[in-house]
Amino acid sequence: MPDEREPGRGGTATQEISEVFRGSAGEKLELKDQRSAKGIAATTIPAFVAGEELADLAETDERIVVLTADLAGAGRTSDFAARHPERFFNVGVAEQNMISIAAGMAATGLLPYAGTFAAYAALLGCEQLRTDCAYPGLPVRILAHHSGMSLGYYGTSHHSLEDLSVTRAIAGLTVVCAADANQLRAILRASQQHEGPIYIRMGRGRDPEVYPNVPSDFAFGGSSRLADGSDLAILTTGSQVRASLDAAELLRADGIGVRVVDLHTISPLDVDAVVAAARDTSAVLTVEEHNITGGLGSAVAETVLESGVATRFRRHGIPDEHVVLGPPAALYAHYQLDAPGIAATARRFLDR
Amino acid sequence: MSAEVPVPVHPPRASSERAELVAKLTEHAKLVRRETVRLTSIAGAGHYTGTFSAAELLAALYGAQLRYRPEDPRWPDRDRFVLSKGHAAIGLYPLLAHVGFFDPGLLDDYTRLGSLFGDHPDMRKVPGIDFSSGSLGHGLSVSAGFALAARVQGRSYRAYCMLGDGELGEGQNWEAAMAAGQFRLGSLVAIIDRNQLSIDGPTESLMGVEPLVDKFRAFRWDVQRIDGHDLDAILDAFNALAPPGEGAPQLIVADTVKGRGVKRMELDKNWHVGNLTGADYDDVMAEIDAGLPPATVGATHA
Repeated sequence: MPDEREPGRGGTATQEISEVFRGSAGEKLELKDQRSAKGIAATTIPAFVAGEELADLAETDERIVVLTADLAGAGRTSDFAARHPERFFNVGVAEQNMISIAAGMAATGLLPYAGTFAAYAALLGCEQLRTDCAYPGLPVRILAHHSGMSLGYYGTSHHSLEDLSVTRAIAGLTVVCAADANQLRAILRASQQHEGPIYIRMGRGRDPEVYPNVPSDFAFGGSSRLADGSDLAILTTGSQVRASLDAAELLRADGIGVRVVDLHTISPLDVDAVVAAARDTSAVLTVEEHNITGGLGSAVAETVLESGVATRFRRHGIPDEHVVLGPPAALYAHYQLDAPGIAATARRFLDR
Repeated sequence: MSAEVPVPVHPPRASSERAELVAKLTEHAKLVRRETVRLTSIAGAGHYTGTFSAAELLAALYGAQLRYRPEDPRWPDRDRFVLSKGHAAIGLYPLLAHVGFFDPGLLDDYTRLGSLFGDHPDMRKVPGIDFSSGSLGHGLSVSAGFALAARVQGRSYRAYCMLGDGELGEGQNWEAAMAAGQFRLGSLVAIIDRNQLSIDGPTESLMGVEPLVDKFRAFRWDVQRIDGHDLDAILDAFNALAPPGEGAPQLIVADTVKGRGVKRMELDKNWHVGNLTGADYDDVMAEIDAGLPPATVGATHA
């Protein structure tokens, strides 16, 4: 997909999208307000479109191969397997092997997409990701699905609340979070022309819609401003974009104007968008489904401090602990990572 | 489908052609050992013994077996070679230079700031290196990836991978071994440099790897076991490989002696990393030039 923006520049189509949420699609707003007020999830649409999208792309791109480590069904790479069985490889329960195999394939000119739970891609496969993919600069794409605590009561063994911290410390590795199915499609399309490895962080396939259409202007290293206001900037990513937008609407009802920026690419970070948010608003709140140590909040803090722009700043995410047991929705409520929780956190932060 | 490139077949042992080939490879193996000593002196420390054990294997691979084009290092149909025991790169670089991948003079900067050549090989810097290595346990998976890619792309090359015996402690090898058997990667050829020692001592008293033949056969591999310092035996083993394509993955267990060729280093764990100076340096160079004497310490499983 052609990239018409310079790396590191903020989104242009964001105006169009932010208008949708400002009211040019008023009915949608009303619906979302109701959902948020009740603290329930927005209408779910299948976000595990990776297999289907890659199968489409592979019709005209002979380089594409897909691997999984015994999670073809869970990650829906089975949709690819059904259409391109000769280009699909299930390596069994062996994530490290999968990533190194993908690296070998990439070294021959193939474009491998390797899918597994984010916890095993980033933590178990961390060294293979660094040494075999990032160090040689090979175009391996990791489909890191079921990220964060989206596996709920499966517990800490299946959670990835450290993966952003780990992956963004790896030189030459692009780290990107998909907020919904449409953005994931855009990421996959852009990945065809991207050099070097990419870690694609995805949810569990029930992500509420953020982007009504596949964003046409997606670019690695960019961001999307989805709402605007001057009292607070919420800088967020992936699974927390929808909840942050809904929280912004709740805050707007209280007279608090909120800029919401989807920092979809964690590395390299859209520095200009981060600094602009700090400069243009009165306070910055980062929201992420990740340990507050080392993830998006840390990346934003580093960027803002080095910019010389003084602002009030707070990180919101999982405190430095292994999360309590519970179903996903209950966990999001417990850790105030749903719309009411984010809004409440913002009010406390702003003393309003 | 790419053009078929013939698989090398070496003349039988008895022929004069074979004798000439072995004589050439013997010189290549000396080059490996000599340059390992010289380059180590530039760096101030180097992996002598695990390179010496692989000298004949490396010489035979690059002098007789692998298909490659030094003038076109990225030739898509070339055989791939992954030196999974990346610490033997010091012996591989001189061979790559010798067969024409780059100017041997470049090696004079070995390990210096900004050099192309480190203790472990970098595919982005060194022509002829097909994959970066150094972290043990990755190479067999990467090589399996090469073999799968050949299948996807309809190419006929083989993927060769040289493993250390101590390296087999890394669990990922066994993941790769399972996958190679399952996917029937007949184009994958693993060579285990069974030199008997890892850093802290003999493998079998530290973390045993035997019985290697039985283990890999159980993982659905074809296995040969040879004397890894006998060039005739190495060439015979190459000749006996199944043709590349779908079938059992191929393993050559090469029984070797860590440090072979320099008597003071043989099976002495203290020479895993070292540095020769002064008269010791000259003595060792002379010993290498004289060629391999009959083995004094045996390959325990040959």
